[in-house]
Amino acid sequence: MSDVHLALGGASFDGLVKITELPGQGMVTLRGDLADKTIVQAVQHAFGVALPGVRETAFDGENGALWMSPDEALLLCPYAEAEDRVSALTGHLQGAHALAVNVSDARSVFELKGRMLREVIAKLAPVDMSPDAFGPGMVRRTRMAQVAAAFWMDDASTARVVCFRSVAGYMFDILSNAAEEASAVNYFVR
Amino acid sequence: MLLLTCPYCGVDAEETELHAGGEAHLKRFGPGASDEDFTAYLFHRENPKGVHFERWRHANGCGKWFHAARCTNTLEVFGTYKAQTTEPPKDLLDTIRAKRPGFRWRDLA
Repeated sequence: MSDVHLALGGASFDGLVKITELPGQGMVTLRGDLADKTIVQAVQHAFGVALPGVRETAFDGENGALWMSPDEALLLCPYAEAEDRVSALTGHLQGAHALAVNVSDARSVFELKGRMLREVIAKLAPVDMSPDAFGPGMVRRTRMAQVAAAFWMDDASTARVVCFRSVAGYMFDILSNAAEEASAVNYFVR
Repeated sequence: MLLLTCPYCGVDAEETELHAGGEAHLKRFGPGASDEDFTAYLFHRENPKGVHFERWRHANGCGKWFHAARCTNTLEVFGTYKAQTTEPPKDLLDTIRAKRPGFRWRDLA
């Protein structure tokens, strides 16, 4: 196993929220009909989580599953285990029309921490970030400024943003800019 | 601003999350077709002021193609439906007939 080489070397920014590039998140993309029993059981065996419903997340410790589309899920695990998980998953997927690929090094993950995170995300994505419309347990695949991204909330003050590694620098810049201390709108904070 | 509900992920997607895919329900003509059919398939398109059926892709989202029925005049959206069909669902057509009596779109009315 080679060392993790982060796109931005673990960059961080402290403003309205604390933004950190997370070190080595294991990510496996699974394509296949998520309603297929074989696929559901394969994920359960290899990752220990049940496949989530539409636009939902499922977590068990460091393992997780994110709903990406009716035939795509992003599975999370510790970085060092990703290759083994793909092998295990592929073994369990025998007979099903599905494909699993380790994309840990093809994506970058940022953590946003702080009570203003709803506002920071709302500045960048065309998504209703009011607590009634979006909260922990949900995932949203969308764009942030000009690049594709997906984000979810672990709890009320923590969110994680995933984007392609090739646009990690852009993503960090726009997140930092949206989190500038002087740019607070205080829309979601009463 | 156009808001279309993606029938696959249920998101009320804003226009910038979507990619327009042109007219819906084209019948394809390929090798062996007559010149008239092939020309019509390639070039002849509806250009209505009013009810229109279009293809859209939830590009910055679940990535799925779907259909939308909307009014090009008022931007009112009558409904969206999945791509795995060759014609609009009947309940959607009924909705449109009620809102736009006498509308015509190709052979639909």
